[in-house]
Amino acid sequence: MKPSLWHRLDKLARDLTPFALTFALLIFNAIPFHLPGFAQVIPLLPMIGIYFWCVYRPDLMPSVAVFAIGLLHDFLSGLPLGVSTLVFLLVQGAALAQRNFFSGKSFVIVWIGFMIVAGGALGLEWLLLSLVSGQLIEARSAFYQYGLTAALFPILAWLFLRWRAMFLQVD
Amino acid sequence: MLVGKMEPAAFERARAHVTDAVAPILDAVSRPLDVLQDTIGEGKTLLALREENTRLREERDRLLQWQTIARKLETENIALRELLQFVPASDASSISARVIGDAGGAFARTMILNAGSREGVRKGQAVINGSGLIGRIQEVGRRSSRLLLLADLNSRIPVVIELSRARGVVAGTNGDTLSLVHLPPDVLTEPGDRIVTSGHGGALPPGIPVGVVATVSDNVISVVPFVDPSRLELVRVLDYGLDGIIDFNDIRSGSLN
Repeated sequence: MKPSLWHRLDKLARDLTPFALTFALLIFNAIPFHLPGFAQVIPLLPMIGIYFWCVYRPDLMPSVAVFAIGLLHDFLSGLPLGVSTLVFLLVQGAALAQRNFFSGKSFVIVWIGFMIVAGGALGLEWLLLSLVSGQLIEARSAFYQYGLTAALFPILAWLFLRWRAMFLQVD
Repeated sequence: MLVGKMEPAAFERARAHVTDAVAPILDAVSRPLDVLQDTIGEGKTLLALREENTRLREERDRLLQWQTIARKLETENIALRELLQFVPASDASSISARVIGDAGGAFARTMILNAGSREGVRKGQAVINGSGLIGRIQEVGRRSSRLLLLADLNSRIPVVIELSRARGVVAGTNGDTLSLVHLPPDVLTEPGDRIVTSGHGGALPPGIPVGVVATVSDNVISVVPFVDPSRLELVRVLDYGLDGIIDFNDIRSGSLN
């Protein structure tokens, strides 16, 4: 039986949620919290979104979506155009490459995988920006940012897993 | 990245448009947060009221002394100006704006303001609050603009040391302190020297407080800015009446006279 229009619309709406959630994280990243020093160490939430969905539902986080989120992140954060785009796409690549390895493994393994990928990504971002600006950028806040991002991963991933269980069951 | 380097003007326009599009969302989301912050702040103030009062009284007494000195200097200054037929710097008017985005992350120090070309904000204008310089306007959209903070790597502000009047440039380091560079070689600075804008280049009014020299070593002079940008909610964009810094578009179209 051909699924009805409503059914298809419903599925489309559900399928768009990974992108929408990651986009929401992107906006959330840009809100001023007025906490001293927090803006510099604010966890890189979009990276969590991209990594998570690339591991658990790669069909719903295509390269186009990752590219769009990276570009928007560059625009909003004032970074040179393409830095986050490249870094996020590489995160996607790394997540997809290791996906088979992750399947069936415990959550801790996925988390460790994220820590490795995020570390590499932030390191690369630092390198790229240092190259663009022609000097070694102070990286202290990047370390804090890395720590917070890694620590937040399980919380967000838990929420995403619940979301996946509720709305994104493969039918 | 390469496109951004090759076509900075187009890239800047695109960025301004995107920021413009997201500005209403950011504005809406940041408002309740501001209210929450204000409420918490209110509670804290109430608790510290007595202490605050004593401190303020002391400060008032001290400031009254300064006022006397300032009055004396002002009269003296007017008299001397009349003697010299001095042309005073033009007065700046200002545009108030709310900080609606604080998106920098670890490698960029910028903020998004909810005022753009519609309100009269232009590229290169100085952004200040009561304590001093915060940064300058980097990009302008129709209803939003991007503020490049002093701490950003790309920030360069022409300054003078307040007492010795030696010219230099304050550059952002992406860290908590700024570095003072391009000073004349024979100038001596020491911790505690106040740094103010010089007005060179014409985009910033002279005399806006920037920061205080914190440490001086062989080749690095670090400056602590007066303003901590992380707590900013409202800022003033100074309209100095000049056209701000040179625009890429002007150079391209040859309209720069």
